[in-house]
Amino acid sequence: MRNPKRNQKIAFFFLFLATLLIVVPVGMVVVIIVVKGLPAINWQFLSDIPRQGMRAGGIFPAIVGTVYLVLGAIIFALPIGLLAAIYLSEYAKENLLNRMIKLSIVNLAGVPSVVYGLFGLALFVVFFKFGASILSGSLTLGIMILPIIITTSREALESVPQSFREVSLSLGASKWQTIRHIVLPNAIPGIITGTILGIGRAAGETAPILFTVAAFYLPQLPKSIFDQAMALPYHLYVISTQVPNVDEKVRYGTALVLLSLVLFMNLTAVIIRYKFRKKKKW
Amino acid sequence: MRKFKEFIIEKLVLISGLASIFFVILIFLFLLKEGLALFKFVNPLQFLAGKSWYPISEPPQLGILPLILGSLVVTIGAAAISIPIGVACALYISEIAPGKVKETLKGGIELLAAIPSVVLGFIGMITIVPWIKHIFNLPTGLTALAGSVMLAFMAMPTIVSIAEDALYSVPRSYKEGALAMGATHWQTIWRVMLPAASSGIFAAVMLGIGRVIGETMAVMMITGNAAVIPSTILQPVRTLTATVAAEMGEAVVGSEHYFALFAIGIVLFVISFAINVTADLFLHRETKKI
Repeated sequence: MRNPKRNQKIAFFFLFLATLLIVVPVGMVVVIIVVKGLPAINWQFLSDIPRQGMRAGGIFPAIVGTVYLVLGAIIFALPIGLLAAIYLSEYAKENLLNRMIKLSIVNLAGVPSVVYGLFGLALFVVFFKFGASILSGSLTLGIMILPIIITTSREALESVPQSFREVSLSLGASKWQTIRHIVLPNAIPGIITGTILGIGRAAGETAPILFTVAAFYLPQLPKSIFDQAMALPYHLYVISTQVPNVDEKVRYGTALVLLSLVLFMNLTAVIIRYKFRKKKKW
Repeated sequence: MRKFKEFIIEKLVLISGLASIFFVILIFLFLLKEGLALFKFVNPLQFLAGKSWYPISEPPQLGILPLILGSLVVTIGAAAISIPIGVACALYISEIAPGKVKETLKGGIELLAAIPSVVLGFIGMITIVPWIKHIFNLPTGLTALAGSVMLAFMAMPTIVSIAEDALYSVPRSYKEGALAMGATHWQTIWRVMLPAASSGIFAAVMLGIGRVIGETMAVMMITGNAAVIPSTILQPVRTLTATVAAEMGEAVVGSEHYFALFAIGIVLFVISFAINVTADLFLHRETKKI
């Protein structure tokens, strides 16, 4: 502590270094995957079934499977999540119950993804006898993304000024009319942001779908929600660890498609949030 | 009629509000339902402290001590890397970085959080794993160290963003007071900001560690998956999560092996529950104080 100015310089240098240590590898990960994956991407890769024991051909069934799973998860999680957010922001009082709900949401967000897989297996696959199917996988993923949707929607609802509600109520609208016609429309961008983040998360997760839906190799498209399906993240896992001698290009290409999908979702969410913040009149 | 409609809707809203509690309980119940059946065959102490995990030998040996130690080694390694770097990065973002840089950095960190773990595992396999093999001259790079490094990166977004929130919520007057007394910016950060935000930073660290313990895919792809009690970090290990993910596909529904994997699920659930509740208490304490 003899020379505070010099100490500060040294300390700030290390803080800067730490930041670089995080940011540079992240950049590198993205750059490596884009550079090595781009040559693999062509129409055939995106639209063909995997061939020669997944060493060649395309990844179309995996893309379709992921789309189905994500859609299913959202159909399940969005209504429940949104209503739960409405409850927390509009109806809940500061009491023990409210505290319990918030704690449950935190816990739901913290449950390890593989435990969701176990839960989905025990409840949907075995107990409800849905088997390993799109339905089981979607429901499992849906419960997993519930906390994301609740938290972001609640923030969006709570950011609508109290005065909006008061005006509506004073004009004789009922509580639900106020929520339906005043609060919800003003919170839509935030709710969409949360939904997109949930989609991104559901698209990228592997562990919850391992035993609930994912098929190792299935060269056709699923016909009903009781069919198994391939999925992008699981496919990437399979071709990078379970199948020997897969062409590097196929691995990088799959990683790139998955990464682009997830990052595109997140980017969209960020942009919507940004635009909304700028436009907000209050 | 309108009254009735409102009544129905309000009940629906209430039920959905309670859904999170319901699902947490449901998850726990179903883990218990399938996992507790194990203890008809194995006593709990034998399960937790048993030194060998040979689930498909006859009779199966289902001791998860090697797996617990595997998770522990990887987690300690990841914590040792991610806590100092994560907190330092949070300090840089909240205190030093100018406006534009700050937003960009926050975006970069969010980007890291969004990368699916299977993609990070894949990247780990083609970068860190061969590097470690080369640097330490090992027969394989699939080691606890590789897992620790990769998981550190998965913990950092959590640590950085929550610690940054904690630092941000320290009242301005604290900082202004310190600066007015003639302290340098760094002295202010070190002696005033950090202590004031300590409980939030502690929560950030807890949640980061929770993320590491629960992480599955990346760890399964790069730690080598040998279910032996590790003696160094340059050895393949197998974590609790990787064991479940790797073996559930082969376990026969209703077998001891199947029950044992669910029992591991109970252990994981209890650990994550404890971590999240503790972290939440610390976060809560802070918001009350200010």
